[in-house]
Amino acid sequence: MQRITDAFAKAKSENRGAFVAYFTMGFPSLAASEKAVDDIIAQGADVIELGVPFSDPFADGGVIRSAAYEALRQGVSLADVLAAAKRLRAKHPGTAFVLFSYYNPVFSMGLEAFAALAADSGIDAVLSVDLPLEEREEFVEILKPHGISYIPLIAPNTPLARIKESEAGLENSFLYVITVKGTTGARAELPPDLTTRLDAIRASAKLPIAAGFGISTRAQADEVSRHADGFVVGTALVKCLAEGKPPCLV
Amino acid sequence: MNKHYGIYGGQYVAETLMAPLKELEAAYEDAKADPAFQRGFEEILRDYVGRESPLTYAKRLSGHLGGAKIVLKREDLNHTGAHKVNNTIGQALLARRMGKKRLIAETGAGMHGVATATVAALFGMPCEVYMGAIDVERQAPNVERMKMLGATVHAVSEGSATLKDAMNEALRDWVANCDDTFYVIGTVAGPAPYPEMVRDFQSVIGREARRQCLEKYGRLPDQAIACVGGGSNAIGLFAGFIDDPGVRLVGVEAGGKGLASGEHAASINGGRLGILHGAKTMLLQTRDGNIIDTYSVSAGLDYPGVGPEHCHLHDTGRAEYAVINDDEAIAAFDALCRYEGIIPALESSHALAEAIKRAPKMPKDSILLVNLSGRGDKDMENVRRYKDAKNN
Repeated sequence: MQRITDAFAKAKSENRGAFVAYFTMGFPSLAASEKAVDDIIAQGADVIELGVPFSDPFADGGVIRSAAYEALRQGVSLADVLAAAKRLRAKHPGTAFVLFSYYNPVFSMGLEAFAALAADSGIDAVLSVDLPLEEREEFVEILKPHGISYIPLIAPNTPLARIKESEAGLENSFLYVITVKGTTGARAELPPDLTTRLDAIRASAKLPIAAGFGISTRAQADEVSRHADGFVVGTALVKCLAEGKPPCLV
Repeated sequence: MNKHYGIYGGQYVAETLMAPLKELEAAYEDAKADPAFQRGFEEILRDYVGRESPLTYAKRLSGHLGGAKIVLKREDLNHTGAHKVNNTIGQALLARRMGKKRLIAETGAGMHGVATATVAALFGMPCEVYMGAIDVERQAPNVERMKMLGATVHAVSEGSATLKDAMNEALRDWVANCDDTFYVIGTVAGPAPYPEMVRDFQSVIGREARRQCLEKYGRLPDQAIACVGGGSNAIGLFAGFIDDPGVRLVGVEAGGKGLASGEHAASINGGRLGILHGAKTMLLQTRDGNIIDTYSVSAGLDYPGVGPEHCHLHDTGRAEYAVINDDEAIAAFDALCRYEGIIPALESSHALAEAIKRAPKMPKDSILLVNLSGRGDKDMENVRRYKDAKNN
């Protein structure tokens, strides 16, 4: 299964950036977040990031933090998110699913046990916010035989040589390029040097690249798509749910 | 540089922080090897902090217990009233050397926040301190001190509104502002190089204590005892004796209402391996890997993790880790007030309580060295409230 590779290839063949959609699972309820995934796939999302709520979301902005705390208040755990993934996989056999988590819930489950359960739930890849290149090897090696890939994060201050190392050995993956130094969340303006940075990364990367953090409108997504293979929208979608609306990118 | 302690430690951080951590590592290695940096550090410790801090024989208390001599390393007599300032001076000097313009810090009980605000004033740097909203309330005098010193205090009201949430918020600030901002971490936790760097800055405690003990008693202590929240005062004390196999190293964790109650802050004794705030360490967490709210009468020990080096010292058996409950810590607090005329911090009272337990079982010529890591003025109100609650 190469769902992530296929998703980016399909978007490219249609001359558009792949739409990567993030949801904090369990917000506003587990069922509602699953419904939101259905909705966004119906609107053409290519890759879904299933966010695992965590008690200490230090990389996230206010909207996603609040969503995580609410999901935790309802008792939603990593195991619940994987169970939801399995239900979603049955409905959406072709959509790429990325499990998006802080490392502790995954580590706490036991890496082997997690990998087996994630594979059974139809997860294509894992992204861990706090597992940089220096620490990821053990986990990546455990995921591999289960057919699960890993998504590296690339920051504004990640040197090109390190980007090479970050993508080495990974297939069925993409580089998640963080647009700004800071936490997740909508920004009115993206940094002025973003497009040149994306061009430089794209020119040297083997994996497709998707830009994320701060992208909240269709216009921003279109602009970014001229310089990247895809774009990630998270906060803007979670905010729709917080306001009681169906998720959508406007 | 040593980034791991056995299976513990490491750099489990967001990618955006890897570049600043590498910059910090390089700057610290460079400073560590520079005699001028070390001289500057020692000079401020002497002329500003008032080091060296004395070693005080707790004669009446020891006599009352009828066993080992209890000897106190008086970090409570440092400027700002605790050991925390040793580290903030080191880190602020490094920040200045790196050309960073702004200091940020997290604080629990407020002692590290006060120590950071103090050096920020000393060096003329702006300072912002993140503090859990619950701690802002229960440690109001320290909030006033930080403001008096010119720092901005941000009350963090989300999550459990305590130290771990303050640290989350400080990390968010650092990720967004890492170009010009230095994050002054207050304990031996966090990603490498912090655990090593903070230990090095605090190791002055153990070096002095070892020399003082030899000068005064012509021998080393039998045991060196210190409280452990994140574990900076303990690691600073232990550093002086780590190569003396005859000296038992004893860390004391906060047992709160007792390990069985689930309301405690004893990460080594009651926790499970996990990853938080950049390090693999022992953590108080749920089955699902979410971090649990800790409890201790002492706000400074109220942290769900612990420095990675302590976990390793525990595994290797070089150090042992005991647990002292609230009641025992309060009794030790009272004892030091009444027998020695010293009001200790509630954190340090945990170490003292362990010494009080051990002393009567030991011969009179043996020595228990206790790190009196801070003074207790900040705790008067908390102790009064605790006693009122007990009596009702």
